[in-house]
Amino acid sequence: MNPTPAGTAPAAGAGAPARQQPASLLRRILLQGKYEALAMLRNGEQLILAVVLPLLALVGLTVTPFLDGLGPSRIDVAVPGILALCAMSTAFTGQGIATGFDRRYGVLRFLSTTPLGRGGLIAGKVLSVLAVLCLQVAVVAAVGLSLGWQPTAAGWVPGLFLLALGAAAFTALGLLVAGTVRPEATLAITNLLWILLGALGGIVIPAERLPAAAQQIVGLLPSGALGEALRDAFLHGALNGAASLILVLWTVTAGAAAIRWFKWN
Amino acid sequence: MLRVVSGVSLSAERGQVTALLGANGAGKTTTLECAQGLQKRSGGSISLLGQDPATAGAELRSRVGVMLQDGGLPPSARPVPLLRHIAGLYAHPWPVDDLIQRLGIDTFSRTTVRRLSGGQKQRLALAAALVGRPEVLFLDEPSAGLDPQSRQLVFELIGELRDAGMGIILTTHLMDDAQRLADYVYIIDGGRNVAEGTVQELLQRGPAVDAGADHVRTLTFDAKPGLDLSGVLPADVVVLEERAGSYTATGTLTPRHLAMLAEWWAAHDVMPAAMSLQARSLEDVFLDISGKDIR
Repeated sequence: MNPTPAGTAPAAGAGAPARQQPASLLRRILLQGKYEALAMLRNGEQLILAVVLPLLALVGLTVTPFLDGLGPSRIDVAVPGILALCAMSTAFTGQGIATGFDRRYGVLRFLSTTPLGRGGLIAGKVLSVLAVLCLQVAVVAAVGLSLGWQPTAAGWVPGLFLLALGAAAFTALGLLVAGTVRPEATLAITNLLWILLGALGGIVIPAERLPAAAQQIVGLLPSGALGEALRDAFLHGALNGAASLILVLWTVTAGAAAIRWFKWN
Repeated sequence: MLRVVSGVSLSAERGQVTALLGANGAGKTTTLECAQGLQKRSGGSISLLGQDPATAGAELRSRVGVMLQDGGLPPSARPVPLLRHIAGLYAHPWPVDDLIQRLGIDTFSRTTVRRLSGGQKQRLALAAALVGRPEVLFLDEPSAGLDPQSRQLVFELIGELRDAGMGIILTTHLMDDAQRLADYVYIIDGGRNVAEGTVQELLQRGPAVDAGADHVRTLTFDAKPGLDLSGVLPADVVVLEERAGSYTATGTLTPRHLAMLAEWWAAHDVMPAAMSLQARSLEDVFLDISGKDIR
């Protein structure tokens, strides 16, 4: 297409400006983050996945003996794992499914033609994950505290940092799945992995309660690393360096793979 | 590598509707998506408002509106919040309330996208493309699924935007749309542009015109089946019984030809049940150029 003279804008609507400009980058990302977060919270299935199922799991872990002997009380061991489960629910399964269907319906393509662009769209998705995760943390912490959770005060800073890191790793993995397979397959894969990793991935049930052969593998999974790191943070106020490194590696690897193979069409 | 489009060269001006016309799979959408920066091209060059859309940033995207063939709107969204959200991405958006009223979106403002009719979705997608007051507007099959009223509304708006100086590039496989809307037409076939010109210029194309004639027209009439019309009209006018009792005479028809036919009808006591005279249409041009084979 040959260049056309620039400068004049159509008189579309009243008071048209001389030339359109995008809103500021920060505003675009904040708007997209807010839009996606509200869409996620208005979606009943997503809400069940993000809040209801983690809370059910939390209550279940406090009335069963799975976590006995791993900490001062069942609830103290359970809450960090449930927070990790929340990160996986929102960042991996929820965001993965939403992105997969957005891709199917051409939403990603349309938004990438607006000033938001592809980078802004991804940033908005990450922001929406963090926003929903904040709400999840508030709800789970409130319920946990009401059930007697007594987190180490020194654990909040590393805990929240690790939650953000875990959300980044799971967002990258969710986008990788959503951007490379059909949305129906994304739905199946992310839901199946949520169940498998949730039950056997070291996220709510610590690796030491799993068969010895599985323990090392589980420790290398993002679910196992995040669950372990959050328990260390909230039980002992410590930052688990090895688990953090594993999460960083998952984030970088999955992020690079998503950038390389994500299909927008 | 699959080569979908090769040898397409086109330009579009402000204040003009430029139509890319072609059969399904001709390469219209691919061409448009390369121009929008949605698809990577393996060669050639594209300049949109002086920039390469493949590498341009938010500044260029803010000056370009895109209506995709499949809409690209989230199924769970409601029209008004969606338009307000998109408007927020621009520094000087079109007032959303004006746009809603102009495109009749207020009649379905509380319905989610997934429950909208095809025409309603198209109007919403058009509003989403316009909300940033673009200087260049890409419309991929804009009249698909539109009922006659919506079609009229959309066509009027496109005309107004063109008159206001917007450069509009649309794809369509509907010849009537192109004939009605386009100032300049590119006919795309097999991933190449095979003809271009204003509608009038294209209508002047064809074998009869090349032979020096002025206007090709088709006379259609219905009468009793099986009439032997051979020799009634000169050989350069082709007379066919397209189906039983439905006849066409195509060529450089003159008043003399009409008189000759009427004389023959009178002599053989034939009274046509219906008759019409049509100028050569863009569809005739298109079929002449791209052939009649199904792709």
